[in-house]
Amino acid sequence: MKKFFSTFFAPIIALLLVLFFSCTYSINEGEQVIITEFGKPVGLPINSDPQKNEAGLHFKKPFIQTVNRIEKRVLEWDGPASDMPTRDKLYITVDNFARWRIADPQKYFESLRDERSAQSRLDDAIGGATRSVIAQHDLIEVVRSDKERKSVPSEEIQSELGQIGVLPTIKYGRHALDKEILAAAKPKAKLWGIELIDVRFKRINYKAGVIQKIYDRMESERRQIASRYISEGEGEAAKIQGRMERDLLQIKSEAYRKEQEIRGKADAKATQIYADAYNSSPLAADFYQFIKTLDTYTKTLKSDTTAIFTTNSELFHLLKDLKTPVSEPVPTP
Amino acid sequence: MRPFQQIDVDDRITPAVILRRLAGKLSLIPIVIFGLIALFTSYYTVNTESVAVVQRFGKHVKTTEPGLHFKMPFFIDRVTIVPVRRQLKLEFGFITLGASNDYQGGQEPSEERDMVTGDLNAAEVEWVVQYGISDPEDYLFRVREAPATLRDVSESLMCEVVGDRTVDEVLTYGRTEIETDCLKKLQDAMSVFQMGIRIEQVQLKNIHPPRPVQDSFDEVNRAQQEREERINIANGQYNKEVPKARGLAEQQISAAEGYALQRTNEAEGDVTRFRDLLLQYEKAPAITKQRLYLETMNEVLPALGNKYIIDEDAKQFLPLLNLGTPANTQR
Repeated sequence: MKKFFSTFFAPIIALLLVLFFSCTYSINEGEQVIITEFGKPVGLPINSDPQKNEAGLHFKKPFIQTVNRIEKRVLEWDGPASDMPTRDKLYITVDNFARWRIADPQKYFESLRDERSAQSRLDDAIGGATRSVIAQHDLIEVVRSDKERKSVPSEEIQSELGQIGVLPTIKYGRHALDKEILAAAKPKAKLWGIELIDVRFKRINYKAGVIQKIYDRMESERRQIASRYISEGEGEAAKIQGRMERDLLQIKSEAYRKEQEIRGKADAKATQIYADAYNSSPLAADFYQFIKTLDTYTKTLKSDTTAIFTTNSELFHLLKDLKTPVSEPVPTP
Repeated sequence: MRPFQQIDVDDRITPAVILRRLAGKLSLIPIVIFGLIALFTSYYTVNTESVAVVQRFGKHVKTTEPGLHFKMPFFIDRVTIVPVRRQLKLEFGFITLGASNDYQGGQEPSEERDMVTGDLNAAEVEWVVQYGISDPEDYLFRVREAPATLRDVSESLMCEVVGDRTVDEVLTYGRTEIETDCLKKLQDAMSVFQMGIRIEQVQLKNIHPPRPVQDSFDEVNRAQQEREERINIANGQYNKEVPKARGLAEQQISAAEGYALQRTNEAEGDVTRFRDLLLQYEKAPAITKQRLYLETMNEVLPALGNKYIIDEDAKQFLPLLNLGTPANTQR
């Protein structure tokens, strides 16, 4: 039995296995296959229809048929960054990428065979298209994309600064340029069985020679903004100063006015009170005059006053005789 | 080959015996190996953050959840583990070392960083995109190297968003808007591309002006500070002077009011006194007048400095008096 197995059965199994492997193959998801007989494609590509999933185990003629696997998934082309001039004569470095897929595997297989040559053909096609599209447009058309968008002005920097903080207007924008490149490269790629899905700009930058000019401009813009800030500060400070002066004068003058009003009213009132009392009758007026005169004496005649009286004064007439005459004292200050 | 033999055989017996016995069973070796390989290739485990995509002869048959699972042995069923519940990250403009995700850092971060703004200035922008795998089938089968495509698309869109903004928006007050705008564009792109990726977040990191012009940007900041300072000083001056002036004004008015009160009160007082006196005076005017006069003199005269009483008829003495000397003696 053992003998039988080792000498007879085992080789048969081995032979069956080899046969099995050479007449079957599996197709992965995301893969399409072209069968060739001695290098010549036979039949239709398998699993190339995106609507129909034919992945799984498949059969072929053993030994004479070869399986050529081709990507079905969406692939990426990311070419080298290259320097090119724009229409406004600025040298920029442009790096774009594309997504593509093998739409016609038969054509692809016949014209390119492998992916490396596909990528290098795409380098030429997309690279050339990019170069010519960039050369037809100003730099700003590559940089900006949304025609509608206006910059949100900062609350600090206002339009008085001229062009600073304002987005230049565009006619086409980046998306339009992407589409132009795609439109230019697509027919070429189609000849190779390739469907270009889209092309997009990835990086755009100034070239070394240009960048210094850009820096200079940025610096001068910043300087303008800085001096504007300082001037604004001075202006604001002056405004506050002025307001302060006005407020001070207003406060002081208002106080003065009120003071005078109050005092005036008080004086008037006092005057009225006095007048009412003293004018109530002729006798009262006479009496007022009399006591006010006496009051004045009390207040004005002090120790530094020299008084000369004559003997005919009311006070001292008795010194001379007991009779009348009347005269007031004559004060000399 | 030897390790398999030893596993399989009872080893209470000496190696020589084993060798002799095995020599007869050499034909069994391939079968044993076959069986072992079949065993080891017929199960797989899926960790909690992943799912497994199972392909039979290349055809996708099922997607399984975490746990231990069995499959057809050998190459019949092939399993790809996809970490759908892990949050993945792409970094642009900088690199964190030790990342587990191959695509996390870019190959040329310094190139990614440099951007042209919409007002044709330059800025250095660093950002992070956080994403997850939403559909493992699309992720594996629809696009080759989905993360690489995601990197390029992210870079392209950030460049686009920055390209539509002024340098001031990019550097200062437009950050959140850039993040949300870029996130939205990226999500839109993902739904078009159907790469099985969902974008969770776009986050800006450092944003600088280019090094050579950094100084002039700092100068703007300084100028801004200076402006604030000047305004503050002026306000300080205002606040120092004006409230004080208000207080003084009130003081002045209060004093005036005091004066008014005083004035009227005094007037009232004077008048009351006068009326009382008048009442008495009216009863006997002549004698009251006399009395008041004498009383006043009584009060006034003692306080006077020099007093001269001259005879009516001796007025010629008057020029002889030295009227300038202050009173030093009392008479």
